[in-house]
Amino acid sequence: MNFLPLWRYQNQLIDGAIVTLELTVISAVCGLLIGVAGAVALNGRITPLRWLVRGYIELFRNTPSLIQLFIVFFVLPNFGLKLPAFEAAAVALSLYFGAYSVEIVRAGLDSIPRNQVEAGQCLGLSGWQVFRHIVLPPALRNAYPAVTSQFVLLLLGTSLASQVATDELFHVAGFIESRTYRSFEVYAVICVIYFAMAMSFKALFAIIGAAAFRWPRRR
Amino acid sequence: MALVEIRDVHKTFGKVEVLKGVSLDVEEGEIVTIIGRSGSGKSTLLRCINALESVDSGEIRVEGERVHAKMPDLKKFRQRVGIVFQAFNLFPHLKVERNVTLAPLLTGRTDKARARALAEDVLARVGLADKIDAWPEQLSGGQQQRVAIARCLAMAPHLMLFDEVTSALDPELVGEVLKVMEAMAKQGMTMILVTHEMGFARNVANRIVFMHQGRVWEQGPPAKLFASPETPELASFIASAK
Repeated sequence: MNFLPLWRYQNQLIDGAIVTLELTVISAVCGLLIGVAGAVALNGRITPLRWLVRGYIELFRNTPSLIQLFIVFFVLPNFGLKLPAFEAAAVALSLYFGAYSVEIVRAGLDSIPRNQVEAGQCLGLSGWQVFRHIVLPPALRNAYPAVTSQFVLLLLGTSLASQVATDELFHVAGFIESRTYRSFEVYAVICVIYFAMAMSFKALFAIIGAAAFRWPRRR
Repeated sequence: MALVEIRDVHKTFGKVEVLKGVSLDVEEGEIVTIIGRSGSGKSTLLRCINALESVDSGEIRVEGERVHAKMPDLKKFRQRVGIVFQAFNLFPHLKVERNVTLAPLLTGRTDKARARALAEDVLARVGLADKIDAWPEQLSGGQQQRVAIARCLAMAPHLMLFDEVTSALDPELVGEVLKVMEAMAKQGMTMILVTHEMGFARNVANRIVFMHQGRVWEQGPPAKLFASPETPELASFIASAK
């Protein structure tokens, strides 16, 4: 075992980790927006839209993410949508994360008692105001633990982007391995990096959660 | 013209006809208490008055305006009609101040500069000025219900509806809520209450409405109604409520 040959590749590893973080955060934000919009649509009255969202969820949760990525990267160009590797990975992972987020956010919305909505309506608030100010904050709190654990899965799942040659951490590892033939060492190192990033996010989410959701829990 | 006019209202849930032709007028400044056994339709009637439920036939008018779920200015209408629920329904993620000022701010009744003063004013009226910075969960049931009343008062409603507001409270907390309501009554607020508090009905209300099997069975001033009920149903209800 010899880690020394890896030392000169530290900048590549750092750059790869940064790309991984970018990919994760962009996909998470877009996916969460998809999640909120999809959850609202699923609870809404427009039946075709409900079917559409339902179909989207089932499609993306019951097929390999790698194939989803391949479709975005290799197949969509045939229909005139040609995306660079990073963008294609971001789109595929957003859709993947979004499909899980819809159900998570919807469970959060469903956890808010009907009488909270009525109380808001009775004060003369609009549907949007009730949603934004009364339903959404406690719903997000209830969804938060599931969203954060899904986020970590997304972080680890970005390694798939290596398969379309996005310069993220896993792809960088493959490159270093091909130069040094130090397979075990390279993958051990990026494993530690992934682990450190995941644990850091967990700590960060705990801090964010404590700051954002300060109201006492129902006894 | 009465403030609230209810004409031959019918309401069915599934196969159960809950309201079977209810008619009732409430004048401005009047305190009307609706009593009756559970299932007699009293809460449903109350919920119809601010369009939480829509009526199947008949009509309800408040300040001359016909009430229904699709009325164009439903939001404006509800700003004039406050309702307090059995379960308080405070917003758990907002402090007391924000619970009270959320709707006035969002509907443009007040602005950020004056919101705090508005909260202080309405909370003082329910005796909770010192709880302005508390979370709802830190309050007792009676205090939460008083905040719920303050939240309505902040919208300066023309009419207040109370749906069994003391039923979820521990007995020792009922009095503080009733006291607040009594003070509101003295200030001339028009109030319709559904309640099991016979003492309150007797002492504060101008009129008692006894509902039975989806109808207004008997109504009149409390002294007369409690002393000499005309129907055996009311007599037995009064006897069982004692």
